[in-house]
Amino acid sequence: MDTAVTAKKKWWAGGYSPFNVSYGKLMMWYFLMSDAFTFGALLISYGTIRFSSPSWPDPNEVFRSFPGMGHANLPLVFVSLMTFILIMSSVTMVLAVHAGHMRDKKAVAKWMIWTIIGGIAFLSCQAWEWTHLYHEGAWWGRNPFMNVDGTLASTNFTNFFFTITGFHGLHVTSGVILNIVILANVLKGTYEHRGHYEMVEKVGLYWHFVDLVWVFVFTCFYLL
Amino acid sequence: MEHTHTEAGHEAAHADSSTKTIWRTFWILLCITMVEVGLAFLHLETGFPSRVFLNAIFVGLTVVKAFYIVAEFMHLGHEIKNLILTILIPLLLFVWFIVAFLYEGDSWKNMRKDLKPGTPVEAPKAPAKEGHHY
Repeated sequence: MDTAVTAKKKWWAGGYSPFNVSYGKLMMWYFLMSDAFTFGALLISYGTIRFSSPSWPDPNEVFRSFPGMGHANLPLVFVSLMTFILIMSSVTMVLAVHAGHMRDKKAVAKWMIWTIIGGIAFLSCQAWEWTHLYHEGAWWGRNPFMNVDGTLASTNFTNFFFTITGFHGLHVTSGVILNIVILANVLKGTYEHRGHYEMVEKVGLYWHFVDLVWVFVFTCFYLL
Repeated sequence: MEHTHTEAGHEAAHADSSTKTIWRTFWILLCITMVEVGLAFLHLETGFPSRVFLNAIFVGLTVVKAFYIVAEFMHLGHEIKNLILTILIPLLLFVWFIVAFLYEGDSWKNMRKDLKPGTPVEAPKAPAKEGHHY
């Protein structure tokens, strides 16, 4: 698009950011890249162990419950709802960033509140799922689920599930806290005074990253 | 005064088109997720797309979803090339990372199976047919 301009402009000649973004945003990208490697390492070690096991529990057998539905066999339904909630909160986050570009304080606050609600809803769903699995006897070091081929499963399945979804949930939790801090600053008028809403963009990047990780967790644990 | 007015008009038009992109991205992500869940149910009911084929589709669709989140929501698709490449090139390490480790896991599985106590030992291999010198 801007190639002609880019070619003429010497990005590496000094005087401005060669990345055309502020220092803070660039560092957020670098942080997310390192976090991507952390999650990647966790998910790949999960894959390695799963590949090295003769058999593995069937996710459709394990994750088949829905709150208030008793013993109805509903694989994937609850986790689809969780995915929908997280995608939706990502959308409200972009809308908040967008309102920030317009310098529309009221709209930023509104969309931030929706994003926070989405995050809390997702965490509540995860809390329910964990509690439910716990009552079925699953926890770190305990696995009540059988392998697909009917043999006794090792605890690798539950260990990886709770560790990785737990680490992701921790990211969502800190994301919600950061969003609340930013919302407080928006309401106080800090960014209005500063003249730009770039902090909303930075937490936005983090929030979308959490959504991105969930896309991979969803595939690795529930679909495959 | 005139200038400010046009600026505002331009901003509003820009606002409209980017809000449209946001919602378009949302629908794409939602549809892909629904297709994934639909295929999973189809497999449960009929066993139609075979497991291997289905997994390949799931991985492919996951990458498509990741692309839309990073390019549109995280806005990376609209940044300059320097930033895009700085972020994406290191992630290429994942290609090697995934291939190497999954291969390793599979190899462990085979060794566990072949070397389990009680497994009949295969007849000693015939001498290498072609000249493999070690």
